[in-house]
Amino acid sequence: MSIFSRKAKVSQEQADTDIFNKETEGLSQGQIVRKRFFRHRGAMVSLLVLFSLVIFVFSTLGFKIFGIGFRGWWKYQITDIPSLRTDGCSVELPGCPTLDLLPGKNFGLGDHPFGQDDLGRDYFALVMRGAERSIEVTVVIGLVAGFMGTVIGAIAGFYRGWVDAILMRLNDFIITIPTIIIAAVIGFHFGNKGVLFLAIFIGLFIWGGLSRLVRGEFLTLREREFVDAARVAGASNRRIIFKHILPNAIGVIIVSITLLMSSAILLEAALSYLGFGVVAPDVSLGLLISQYQDSFMTRPWLFWYPGLLIILIALCINFIGDGMRDAFDPRQRRRISRKDRAAERHQVVKK
Amino acid sequence: MSTPVLKVSDLTVEFWVDGTWYPAAVNVDFELSAGQTLAIVGESGSGKSTVALAIMSLLASNARVTGSVKVKDQEVLGAATTMLQKYRGKEVAYIFQEPMTALNPVYTIGFQIIETLRNHFDMSPHEARIRAIELITMVEIPYPERSVDKYPHQLSGGQRQRAMIAQALACDPALLIADEPTTALDVTVQAEILDLMRGLRTRLNSGILLITHDMGVVADMADNIMVMQNGNTVEQGTSDQIFNRPTHPYTQQLLASVPKLGSTKMRLLEPTQAAKQPVLKLSNVTIEYPKHGRIPAFVAVEDFTLEIYPGEIVGLVGESGSGKTTVGRASIGLLPIKSGRLEVVGQDISGASQKDLRTIRQSTGIVFQDPASSLNPRLPIGESIGEPLFLAKIAKDKELDKRVEDLLASVELPRSYRNRYPHELSGGQRQRVGIARALALTPQILIADEPTSALDVSVQARFLELLQELQEQLKFACLFISHDLGVVDILAHRIAVMQNGKLVEVGARDEILKHPKDPYTQRLIGAVPVPDPAEQKLRREARLAAK
Repeated sequence: MSIFSRKAKVSQEQADTDIFNKETEGLSQGQIVRKRFFRHRGAMVSLLVLFSLVIFVFSTLGFKIFGIGFRGWWKYQITDIPSLRTDGCSVELPGCPTLDLLPGKNFGLGDHPFGQDDLGRDYFALVMRGAERSIEVTVVIGLVAGFMGTVIGAIAGFYRGWVDAILMRLNDFIITIPTIIIAAVIGFHFGNKGVLFLAIFIGLFIWGGLSRLVRGEFLTLREREFVDAARVAGASNRRIIFKHILPNAIGVIIVSITLLMSSAILLEAALSYLGFGVVAPDVSLGLLISQYQDSFMTRPWLFWYPGLLIILIALCINFIGDGMRDAFDPRQRRRISRKDRAAERHQVVKK
Repeated sequence: MSTPVLKVSDLTVEFWVDGTWYPAAVNVDFELSAGQTLAIVGESGSGKSTVALAIMSLLASNARVTGSVKVKDQEVLGAATTMLQKYRGKEVAYIFQEPMTALNPVYTIGFQIIETLRNHFDMSPHEARIRAIELITMVEIPYPERSVDKYPHQLSGGQRQRAMIAQALACDPALLIADEPTTALDVTVQAEILDLMRGLRTRLNSGILLITHDMGVVADMADNIMVMQNGNTVEQGTSDQIFNRPTHPYTQQLLASVPKLGSTKMRLLEPTQAAKQPVLKLSNVTIEYPKHGRIPAFVAVEDFTLEIYPGEIVGLVGESGSGKTTVGRASIGLLPIKSGRLEVVGQDISGASQKDLRTIRQSTGIVFQDPASSLNPRLPIGESIGEPLFLAKIAKDKELDKRVEDLLASVELPRSYRNRYPHELSGGQRQRVGIARALALTPQILIADEPTSALDVSVQARFLELLQELQEQLKFACLFISHDLGVVDILAHRIAVMQNGKLVEVGARDEILKHPKDPYTQRLIGAVPVPDPAEQKLRREARLAAK
């Protein structure tokens, strides 16, 4: 300890910075990443939008957790079939939306903000239930597949040899079986167990591409010198994988997980369309869209509202992913204001 | 010497970056006559390569060039592309730093030389091939008839550089621009390439513009010298003037930072240390890279014996591929050894597993060659430095913070740097972080694997000073691996010389440098260019006479 107590030769310049030094605490990688993430405006806005959307969606119809039910604030449930609204709509198109955002006497949600479907069910309730299911499916598939792909790819790429061989043959096996068939079989046998069960199972079968990418990243990164440096410092394999290599591969991981989550929505829609996913009377956004795609010309609201929500969810997820990637990547500089930049430039030129 | 081959006047190059013009070279003026060599010297970022590229009109599209560049009285700046295509390769030829990247890997060297020839002359393929073989003979690549059909990867580094010189000389250019032509080569190969270039200059009577940071090479080759710093010409004069009577402080500082062979005093070891146990003991160690698919096993180090005592710095020198890095990595358990016995701090680690090795981690440290890749780019440097302490469970939280601060101070970096990422530091600062991390656990032995090869000379000088100071304080033993005999000369108490995986000679520093016994060591020392034109001339003649 005493050995290092020697002070650096204090030049005038350093003496000046010493005052400044006192303020700088040592921050860990995690702290810096968190700080940078919170400073990322796009990601924070998206996080806020997604968070309020989730609350809004889940509170509309109410939900059940561990047997305790919460009543929603909306007056209709998806099973209610009120009569079709005719006033204010053209004669051949009953059940048009009542949502009016322009100031006037009709301003407000109205009786059926998103309109009614051909049977007269309240479309707002249907869309909200659909959004619930879609968010659940997306998040669960993203988490399960992301976890599986990252861990398996990391282990295969880091240890190589027979571990790699076994894991990658398993990977080949998973990639070669068409997802839709697996999902159909699962949906057919376990469809009654609910949508979450299905999502977990699908997640267990679509990590193939991700793990290949992660493995590739690990194969190159494990040869870098900083891995040796960490080993010399006494780091265990687990620490090297998760602390040193994984943050360097995070860009690839996040991009492919966000893509995976977006495609999960479509996969779920395809399955539901085939009758293996979400089963009636339950709905999902994808199912709503595929059911009503014929109505696009006549009653476009049946197509618009679920579509809008899918776009909103996918965009939020992508922006959040973007923010996370930037937060991990030290080369992504914080934006400097134009004034600061001009001053900085002035100095550079002067030098 | 009626008209100069190259006349550059008032050349200014600026780059458009993020909305401003950044000057890279300002008001550069010089002339080069036939048969002369002008060396442009400077550290990285001084604008020397920019000047060379401006002469070739090869600058990136965001550059703005003003002034005039005349080759044989013809203006080059702003000339039409068709004219430039005729002039490049024929009047002016360029030798790049890295022959492996400058030669196209999918064509034979013969094809690439023939391509240049047929672009500029009306020649049949057969004639061109005969001329290509002539050129290859001229640059002394063995078996020219066969070598002409070889691909770049089938040649050694020196032969590749020769092939590139042959391509550059294909059309007897009036001006040859050599941009760090020997930086990627070993000293003995470097000496041969420089001999070759000198011979060609007298034979072809072309002017050579040599760009380099190595003062030894400059002393060996140059008639005139131009020193550049931050885009400005600092000093210009004949070789004799610059080396013996530099006027500008920057030139003086630059010359003072160059390590000179045999100029430092022998550092004495404390006498008690000889009796102690060695910190690192390698006896008859053989290290092998196991066979990989169809590639057979490769013995990198064979029958290597070396002992390092506490407080002693041992320099390990050798050319690339001689196995010195392999020895360094094996010494701290990063590579397994095949046979022999390896003891670190009295503990045998010959057949140790990763777990067993963890016990020796606290008494060993390593500084890697390239700090850019040995520091985790996603980890703030404070955490990189603190990691060994954290993992050894020596310090935590506040205590760890304090230790990191002390370590940063000991390598003379401001404390506020601890939250910075490696890419925000300069090369020299990064290497200091590397040292701070290696010394975090106050190891008994430090392996330094070419720690200065990525640094500029003035930065290198400061770095070596710092390392010496720390060593005197902490008294660790050090295995200093380097290809640069000048650097080893400054630091080492003893020197070990390696060739092709074998230990050639080991002994006290002065013994090795002044009276080398082994012919390889003699050749190695003879090939090092000395930054003094007069002395270098004598050395060169002595070396040629010995051949």
